[in-house]
Amino acid sequence: MIEFKNIEKAFGKNEVLQGIDLRFTQTGRISAVLGPNGSGKTTLIKSLLGMVLPDEGSIEVNGQPIRREWAYRNQIDYLPQIARFPENLRVAELLRMIKDIRGGASRDEELIERFGLQPFLDKRLGTLSGGTKQKVNLTLALMYDSPIVILDEPTSGLDPVAMIQLKELIRQEKAHGKMVLITTHIMSFVEEMADEIVFLLDGKIYFRGSVAEIKTQHQAEGLEEAIAGILKGQLATANRSVAPKSALQSIMSHLQTA
Amino acid sequence: MRAILQYFSLLATTLLLATTAAAQPQTLRVGPEEDYPSIAAALSAADSGDVVEIHAGTYYEHGLVVDKPLYIRGIGYPVLDAQEQGEILTIIAHDVTVEGLQLQNVGVSYLKDHAGIRVRQRSRAVIRNNRLVNTFFGIYLERVHEAVIENNELSGVLRDEASSGNGIHAWHCEKLDIRDNWVTGHRDGIYFEFVDNSKIVGNESVGNQRYGLHFMFSNHDEYHHNRFADNGAGVAVMFSKFINMWENTFEHNWGRAAYGLLLKEIYDTRIEDNHFIQNTIGINIEGSTRIVYQRNEFRRNGWAIKMAGGCLDNDITANNFRSNTLDLVVNSNVNNNTFTGNYWSEYNGYDLDRDGTGDVPYRPVKLFSYILDQTPEAIVLLRSFFVSLMNFSEKVSPVFTPADVLDHQPSMQPLSL
Amino acid sequence: MLKILKYSTYDLLRSRWAYLYLAFFLLFSGGLLYLSGDVSKVVISLMNVILILCPLIATMFGVMYYYNSREFTELLLAQPIRRRTIFWGQYLGLAISLSVSLVIGIGIPFVAYGILHGPETWNFFTLISNGVLLTFIFSGLAFLIGLKNENKIRGFGLAIVLWLFFAVVYDGLFLLSLILFKEYPLEGFSLAATVLNPIDLSRIMILLKLDISALMGYTGAVFQKFLGTALGMGLSLLTLALWTGLPVWTIQRAAKQKDF
Repeated sequence: MIEFKNIEKAFGKNEVLQGIDLRFTQTGRISAVLGPNGSGKTTLIKSLLGMVLPDEGSIEVNGQPIRREWAYRNQIDYLPQIARFPENLRVAELLRMIKDIRGGASRDEELIERFGLQPFLDKRLGTLSGGTKQKVNLTLALMYDSPIVILDEPTSGLDPVAMIQLKELIRQEKAHGKMVLITTHIMSFVEEMADEIVFLLDGKIYFRGSVAEIKTQHQAEGLEEAIAGILKGQLATANRSVAPKSALQSIMSHLQTA
Repeated sequence: MRAILQYFSLLATTLLLATTAAAQPQTLRVGPEEDYPSIAAALSAADSGDVVEIHAGTYYEHGLVVDKPLYIRGIGYPVLDAQEQGEILTIIAHDVTVEGLQLQNVGVSYLKDHAGIRVRQRSRAVIRNNRLVNTFFGIYLERVHEAVIENNELSGVLRDEASSGNGIHAWHCEKLDIRDNWVTGHRDGIYFEFVDNSKIVGNESVGNQRYGLHFMFSNHDEYHHNRFADNGAGVAVMFSKFINMWENTFEHNWGRAAYGLLLKEIYDTRIEDNHFIQNTIGINIEGSTRIVYQRNEFRRNGWAIKMAGGCLDNDITANNFRSNTLDLVVNSNVNNNTFTGNYWSEYNGYDLDRDGTGDVPYRPVKLFSYILDQTPEAIVLLRSFFVSLMNFSEKVSPVFTPADVLDHQPSMQPLSL
Repeated sequence: MLKILKYSTYDLLRSRWAYLYLAFFLLFSGGLLYLSGDVSKVVISLMNVILILCPLIATMFGVMYYYNSREFTELLLAQPIRRRTIFWGQYLGLAISLSVSLVIGIGIPFVAYGILHGPETWNFFTLISNGVLLTFIFSGLAFLIGLKNENKIRGFGLAIVLWLFFAVVYDGLFLLSLILFKEYPLEGFSLAATVLNPIDLSRIMILLKLDISALMGYTGAVFQKFLGTALGMGLSLLTLALWTGLPVWTIQRAAKQKDF
């Protein structure tokens, strides 16, 4: 169980999270955290991992507050958004190192096979392509069989074959009764995979519900259209209240990427 | 008139005969199995011109007075031990020779300057090949003329300065010849006060408490081929004129207030071909004028030369300055001392015309030594990076250091000395 | 922490820099010993180099390493590991690998030369241990700069300023105040000013071991006396310990409060 209680976080004057209350209780469920750029998705996830420290509020994992704790991270598999690795390490060394530091059983070989990483094991991380790096990233994230799986932009840079394998893997995790949190910009991916959607806007939860609910609420054929609907509505209110330029820009850019 | 002359010549002849008869030398032997069991007995029995031969053995005697011309000779280094009771041999006659004795354990006195051998107010003493061990003062010359002190070994026991005496101590003397002695463990190795026209040659004065050689109010003297090492403060030459010093070695006089050579109020003197090696200060010069420094070697001293208080007309030519922490400190702004043709290991100028001397003048005074002179506390920054930077920038464009302290013809190669 | 330390050290020892640093010291001290053959003189030359280079390399390399290992750090932050373990591990990895380069680089030539049986053994150890201490102090400060500054350029700038301050500017101000206030008794001030700058303190501690200390005259005697007493030695060691400990402690504090 994960619970965010009134989370607030500002980076300087930029208030990224403005009072988030969120509970994930059900296992075997995939939740997608969506929102335009700068809406606070990554900050929210990083605060769950203790990498970002909220200004206000508390986060609990399995009923325990996580502030200044570290052992709870054993319960979490985390895939960071941008795969950044020590450049002069080889893939195999990196895997060995993380296994050494973390200890315990891992299923890295299975994942290596799944993503076809064998030929790259002796390559330095600095020389890998973006997609291969993402596969390494996925392997690192998922090689521990933890009850909570958090994937920040898992699809970036993946080729269709890898994409299919990823989806298969996520479904498998779900089937194993894990709690999966995903952020992504690929709406088709969400539509296909997610059981529920949490939509963040300007640091607040704008919507939470199933894909079907969001579609009916916005009378849209697809999820993409529904989201666009939300954002247009937001744009209209923003126009009325003379929204700051940055909010407009962020919405516009979201429309382009989505 | 003739009668008178005859009378006088007769008188002279008789007198001459009388003296030669009296001077027929006898040898008095001292020893456990000889005629005289004690030296005192032999000395009182001897007539002028006799030989007193002291055979090997230990004689617990002191306060011996030599009051007539005698030749005192030790055979196999007899030991005269005063058992810390006082002076051993006091010479109050002309023409006394003391040779081959070992004198020891005079004992410290705070009231009297007891010595191993003292010569008082008489001429032509010869003291040679003796060993003096743990004598408070070693050889003490008091108003003596024409003495020869040769090849003696004097070793004191290091105590604090107040309870140590000097090795060879000369006061108000003239025409001394101090030669090839070895002095250690005293307050001053060799001490000269009001001693004129004398020579100090080939001595070795090492490990003394204060000065290897202490030299004051003494004029027209020379000292050469001596070695002064590891003395507490080095060698001090003060308030004297016309002194020539050559081919001496001053080394390892290393301590907070030590120097190879201290010159204070010295005039008209030549200092040539000496070696100053690893002294805190090679030569410390205070108020000394018309001095010629030539062909000296200054190596690995803290300061090679430190000049203070009105040093005028000094001529520093053709010396080697190698690896000294600081070559020169000059604290007066008036400077008419000349520096010519020296080799400075710090010099990094060039010699385009290949005449062996650098084309750019060398400035031996570094900015740091200038600052040190103004603010001695700045020494805490010795060898700091800032000081190196500062010295470098001053070298490139001098602002503070005296502009007229320059060697216009620095030698490119070390001079062979 | 040992594991983080292990991998940081491993990572650093694989980088070209560590070898360059090692090679420099090997060549430099070997060359000096070969050319001069006078251990005391070599120790002095090495002292000059160590006092400048150890802090410089430790700060610059420290900042560089911090920024370069950010990916590694982020990777570790998501793992079930304490934050301070990560940063202390990395800091120690850096300080230890630099110190290893220093100790080996200077040690091999000296040991080959037979220092362990000579009278200069203690001078040599004073030199080495001061170099190591400076390395620890300045890599700690560098890490702190990295932690406090996300902007790399700013971080490098600050690192250079930090080094310049302690290696050059501080002594400049020190000298200036000595000159300005020369009418006053300055021993206490000199002592305090020296003890407060780890580079100056190391320099004095080495100098007082060497026979060159005789040049320091009265002031040197004051220092010798101060460092000769239990209080003085204790104070100096305490300052050095503080200089080493303070960055480490601040690293932990800064790390605790930082967002990644």
